[in-house]
Amino acid sequence: MVVATGVKVLDRAKKQRSSLNKKARQVSAWDIVKISRHPQRPILQDYIQRVFTNFVELHGDRAFGDDTAIIGGFAQIGNQKVMLIGHNKGKNTTEHIERNFGMAKPEGYRKALRLMKLAQRFNLPIITIIDTPGAFPGLEAEERGQAESIARNITEMANIEVPIISMVIGEGGSGGALGIGVGDRILMLSNAIYSVISPEGCASILWRDAKFAPDAAEALKITAHALLKNDIIDEIIEEPAEGAHADYEKIAADVKRSLIRNLRSLSDISVYELLEQRFEKYAAMGKFAVD
Amino acid sequence: MSWYTKAIEEKKPQKKALWIKCKGCGSHIWESEWSDNMSVCPNCNYHCSMTAHQRINLIFDKGSFRELFDNISPVDSLNFTDLKGSYKDKIEANKKKSGISEAVITGHGKIKGFDLVTAIMDFRFLGGSLGSGTGEKILQAANFAYDYGLPYIVFSASGGARMQEGVLSLMQMAKTCAGVARLNKKNIPFISVLLNPTTGGVTASYAMMGDLNIAEPGAVIGFAGRRVIEQTIGEKLPEDFQTAEYLLEHGFIDSIVQRKDMKDYLANVLSYYNR
Repeated sequence: MVVATGVKVLDRAKKQRSSLNKKARQVSAWDIVKISRHPQRPILQDYIQRVFTNFVELHGDRAFGDDTAIIGGFAQIGNQKVMLIGHNKGKNTTEHIERNFGMAKPEGYRKALRLMKLAQRFNLPIITIIDTPGAFPGLEAEERGQAESIARNITEMANIEVPIISMVIGEGGSGGALGIGVGDRILMLSNAIYSVISPEGCASILWRDAKFAPDAAEALKITAHALLKNDIIDEIIEEPAEGAHADYEKIAADVKRSLIRNLRSLSDISVYELLEQRFEKYAAMGKFAVD
Repeated sequence: MSWYTKAIEEKKPQKKALWIKCKGCGSHIWESEWSDNMSVCPNCNYHCSMTAHQRINLIFDKGSFRELFDNISPVDSLNFTDLKGSYKDKIEANKKKSGISEAVITGHGKIKGFDLVTAIMDFRFLGGSLGSGTGEKILQAANFAYDYGLPYIVFSASGGARMQEGVLSLMQMAKTCAGVARLNKKNIPFISVLLNPTTGGVTASYAMMGDLNIAEPGAVIGFAGRRVIEQTIGEKLPEDFQTAEYLLEHGFIDSIVQRKDMKDYLANVLSYYNR
């Protein structure tokens, strides 16, 4: 029996991995979960102000409404024009409620897909910013096809003919994150998390009690460093030790540098090659036994 | 005490149950009547779950099914251990219990003479959850359909992504959908049959992406769990919420097909594939 695995890992990721192995990580997964949810943690609108210029927000899914949990539009980063799409949690209670804590409904995912197709028409690379506890688990979301809207995005993103870079800046909550998260490069801040289920949700199912969330967080391997090791993400943007909220300007500058470098690395690729590579990237994900 | 051990051993072989209690209406049905009726309750039409092999026998022309990619099985790559033990032990226990090595059987076969590729999920194996091995098999089967230009039918029965594999399992949603996307691009039909239950990450990936989405009567199909939604909105949900009938009404599936009619239905729609 051999254990099959995959993902072509970028050289940079390899280098990063070996240097990280040397550094013993002291912080627990649960500490990182708490940092990723920190009330002062920079969110999409902070990066829009610091990393991008000339943001032209575009609204609506052309079918039902405009979901403010996901925002998007034209934007510029350095000299490069892009389509920017991302979850926006909001900064305070009023905004949280207004934006449903970044939990999108089907119309949010459908707006995102509309903008991705628009990006393809305009030949603009796409940057998606992920920061959500998950897709909204409500009656109206189910009624309007939460599952279908996420499924369609995941499927169609495989065929979008412009480069897609996804960056997890806070919480990468399951299908709600993946619904805008299929990309050619997956980047992650060092205190962001990305998980198939919230630690609390997992604990209440497998430990029969949500108070075991710290154990579940550890077991689920949801930290950026664990995900780099498991060949899920391509690159980590290191935050200050206390977290990104300690220095907005520094993290914004590092995010900007990383995005520009990754955009450049994808700029000279033919559409055919781009889609082949994207397919291969996802086809190689996962670990299983072959007899 | 050998006589004593022997006596116990002789008692062991259990008689096959004569009666089956229907999970839908609670009535007792003769086992023979139950299996003659394809595990569907003759009283209330409750469609009880079937194993993947039972379904193959029901849907595919006799002797036409060839299993593919059966050499793939799960590994505990995260060394995941919860309150009840390790994922590794769970894999072995589920293999033993079900006699299969992943939550899906893949292969090709014929339905009334129509050649096609299929993936049939089996809920007995870890709740039909979508793990790395499951995703690999579903993608490989899609690639097989792509290479040979054959229609692809997936029968889903799943609780969702397999938590014990962490984000690796979440990524199987993108992986399987990448396979579906390639079929779409080449105009190869992809039919999704949703069985009871199809929820979570499986609904939010390939199961909802059929060119045709077909469901069995009464199948529970949804994204978030019923309990989670009730907690979110703070009220009870309607009885038929997240059923095949509810989804038909809201426009997400093409048709609800009785188990006894499924083979004819699939053959009929495949006959319209004019390439």
